[in-house]
Amino acid sequence: MDLNITWFLLVGVLIMGYAILDGFDLGVGVLSLFVKDDKEKRIYMNSIGPVWDGNEVWLLTGGGALFAAFPIVYATVFSGFYIAFMLLLASLIFRAVSFEFRNKVASEQWKKLWDTLFGIGSLLPSILFGVAFGNILRGLPIDNQGQYLGSFLGLLNPYSIIVGLLSLALFALHGAIYLTLKTDEIIRNKILSLLNKIWIIFTLIYAVASFYTFFEAPFLFNEILNNLLFWISFIIMLGSLILIPVFINSRQYFKAFISSSLLIATMIGLAAISLFPRLVPSNLNLDYSLTIYNASSSQLTLKTMLIIALIGMPIVIAYTIFIYRVFKGKVELNKESY
Amino acid sequence: MRIHSSISTINKKNLKCLSQNGLFLLVLKILCGIKIDIKYKDNFIERNSIMDVVLLSRIQFALTIGFHFLFPPISIGLAWMLVIIESIGYKNKDEVYVILGKFFSKILALTFAVGVATGIVMEFQFGTNWAGYSKFVGDIFGAPLAAEGVFAFFLESGFLGLYLFGRNKVSKNVHLFSIYMVAIGSTISAFWIIVAVSWMQTPAGYIIANGKAQLTNFWAAVFNPSTVIRFLHTVDAALITGAFMVAGISSYLILKGKESDIAKKSMKIAVIFGLIVSLLELFPFGHESGREVAQEQPAKFAAIQGLYSTQTGAPMAVFAVPVMPPPELKAKVEVPRLLSWLAFGDFNAKVLGIDQFKKEDLPPLFITFVSYHNMVVLGMLFILLTLVGTYYLWKKKLWDNKFLLRIFVWAIPFPVIACELGWIAAEVGRQPWIVYNIMRTKDAASASVPAGDVIFSIILFALIYLFIGSLYLYIFVKEVKHGPEGNLAKEELK
Ligand code: HDD
Ligand code: HEM
Ligand code: HEM
Repeated sequence: MDLNITWFLLVGVLIMGYAILDGFDLGVGVLSLFVKDDKEKRIYMNSIGPVWDGNEVWLLTGGGALFAAFPIVYATVFSGFYIAFMLLLASLIFRAVSFEFRNKVASEQWKKLWDTLFGIGSLLPSILFGVAFGNILRGLPIDNQGQYLGSFLGLLNPYSIIVGLLSLALFALHGAIYLTLKTDEIIRNKILSLLNKIWIIFTLIYAVASFYTFFEAPFLFNEILNNLLFWISFIIMLGSLILIPVFINSRQYFKAFISSSLLIATMIGLAAISLFPRLVPSNLNLDYSLTIYNASSSQLTLKTMLIIALIGMPIVIAYTIFIYRVFKGKVELNKESY
Repeated sequence: MRIHSSISTINKKNLKCLSQNGLFLLVLKILCGIKIDIKYKDNFIERNSIMDVVLLSRIQFALTIGFHFLFPPISIGLAWMLVIIESIGYKNKDEVYVILGKFFSKILALTFAVGVATGIVMEFQFGTNWAGYSKFVGDIFGAPLAAEGVFAFFLESGFLGLYLFGRNKVSKNVHLFSIYMVAIGSTISAFWIIVAVSWMQTPAGYIIANGKAQLTNFWAAVFNPSTVIRFLHTVDAALITGAFMVAGISSYLILKGKESDIAKKSMKIAVIFGLIVSLLELFPFGHESGREVAQEQPAKFAAIQGLYSTQTGAPMAVFAVPVMPPPELKAKVEVPRLLSWLAFGDFNAKVLGIDQFKKEDLPPLFITFVSYHNMVVLGMLFILLTLVGTYYLWKKKLWDNKFLLRIFVWAIPFPVIACELGWIAAEVGRQPWIVYNIMRTKDAASASVPAGDVIFSIILFALIYLFIGSLYLYIFVKEVKHGPEGNLAKEELK
């Protein structure tokens, strides 16, 4: 395995880490849009209060790693998705400050404003990540110079919108399961009835999206159908999808959470396997695609970065687990809460 | 033509109506019903003048980083102040310091949140707006950004959560440890981002191959000639900011007679600590920064010092009004020969003036001169203020000196302003290069982003930042006025 492949895997792992961790707190944000009661809203927010920022750092580190390992992809995709990216950043700004701002002024309107911004700031990114993913899967208009030739409205094609809805449903599902771990009986029961619906919606969209992919991006399936890894991931994915309602109904919420985390990881894994060794296919001509070889940094940089990752990430994971353990269990509101 | 022919293969309709003119014009068109002349240029790449995009992207970058950098110095400085406060409380088992810790940690949490929110924008802006640059330097520039995430952002964000919400959930040791980690994390964050920016100022450890910068020596790139001094100068600036923040807020509480016993303790710490760090900022850090610039970036040095003609035994302009054109200093106050000594340790050394450089290699003169000199003036003011403060503290007369306390309240924003001025001097002084002597800023923007899109995002961020900035100030003032939950609050409870 060469360094380029290693970095393909590592960027993949960072994206998975981001989607699993920030996935549930984006999902909690989306679900908070449906809550009216003030105390319930606060419980939602405080369930992710101490950890959301750490979760978002997975995105930042993923961005940094992409820049370092595959600068051409970082430059081409981010400038190509310009407007979409700006909307994403604006949402994340509002979301980030809403925690601190919400409780600082004793006025109903003020709270409503920040609740709404928090909700939308979670909803929009949940969709946009999917839209971005969808566009990458179907390929971008990239010419032989690696120059992006598309436009913003071009990003809003039906396929990508479906993938956007898929990621929204996925995060909502994941967030709802997370909330079952953090809430008491009364609130949990409300969430459980919602959870079943979300699961069904997700499964339906998933079926449509997979089917659609065959037509939209047939090249993704060229080689993988006889790839064992693909089938293993696929089976794990289906298994975890089915296990979610099983665990929920038998009140094994933590196991359900592990299942939805696995679901996310394998979905991203499947996408990665079908893209490999491309990072961004070109829909003008597949030969113009950005791959892990033509878009990467030098071997020295990849090696240096690998050392940084190997030193840094185990420490990060160790204290992240420690922090999650400190805050495990149901949310209790007190003076220090948001 | 290659580029042209490839356009015809993609959706031309789509292209024609939108991408060349950007979403912004479309929105304008829909909103106002104005008929905007949408010209279809044949050559896709020239669909808008790349110069506009460069200028607009510079405006956007200056706006977003300028706003972002209002917050990191406060966060870093306050985190270290809290380290001091919490450590004393831990050692003396003194309840008062816990109250202080809780109070200032609210300000830290607020500042940190806005710092994070605006920082996210920065992380991605190199890709969105500076794609040309990102492709050119990606091999080197991405690594420090990634390292910042791995070594710093995780640390500070994780432990800040623990520090703010974990007071009753973890042991006292772990709680104290967590504020140390926040302070250390934010300082490591400063280190790695400063590695990145310093590499742009004084690149090292690379070769140019295939039209791109390529890493040859990681440590040479990390510890390029300006990294260390820039890091020390900037972090010390953050410590000054923290000290003045605590001093100003404490002064306010003392003046209002709110929990003043408690506030006096933090005031004492802040003034003494502030004096030390302010002195260090002038010497050695400010002085060494100046020497580094004189050696590595003589054109910038001439610009920030306002030295318009090459001289031996060059004088230092302490005060002057730069007038353009021709470049000239009016109403100047000079110290003879000082500049030569400052730059090269020799009163007779020759210092290059701007007459030595080609016009297209010079940074804007006015803005660099003015921002640099005001930073230095503020630096002197910080020394003066903390010196006088320490003197009165020593004479045990500070609490009665209402005038001085009031000045400390007004001085809260000054260090932040000094930081902004310092960065403007350093960054504008680097122009016209984005990577000094290697790549010009005009070649660095994203070729595929239309000018209209950048206008859209500038307006978007300007509005958001105006909104969030005012709310930050509002809540900040509210928290300070509310004061610490000290004895008063406890009395009320009883
Ligand atoms: C890691 C990189 C980096 C860092 C830490 C900073 N900058 Fe910078 N700055 C850039 C990288 C950069 C840049 C991307 O390279 C720009 C955009 C165009 C240019 O030439 O440099 C730039 C431009 C730029 C400009 C506009 C200059 C001009 O175009 O004339 C200003 C005013 C600042 N910066 C200010 C700051 C401030 C207040 C910073 C405090 C944090 C700062 N910069 C940190
Ligand atoms: C253009 C350069 C910069 C980029 C790309 C950048 C990026 C970021 C990002 C992504 C965050 C959010 C991190 C989180 O979620 O925890 C952040 C916050 C922060 N940045 Fe920056 N930053 C830049 C300039 C600087 C500089 C020059 C410094 C220090 C001297 C600095 C210090 C910090 C600190 C301490 C934080 C933590 C939040 C806060 O203090 O408010 N940044 N930055
Ligand atoms: C007291 C005398 C001071 C001197 C002689 C001095 C000198 C300098 C010089 C020469 C630079 C440009 C470095 C470069 O372009 O590479 C600089 C930058 C800077 N200064 Fe100062 N400075 C002083 C005080 C201060 C103070 C009080 C603050 C803030 C509290 C401050 C904050 C900054 C910052 C944030 C930068 C940009 C980062 C950097 O390039 O180091 N400075 N300073």
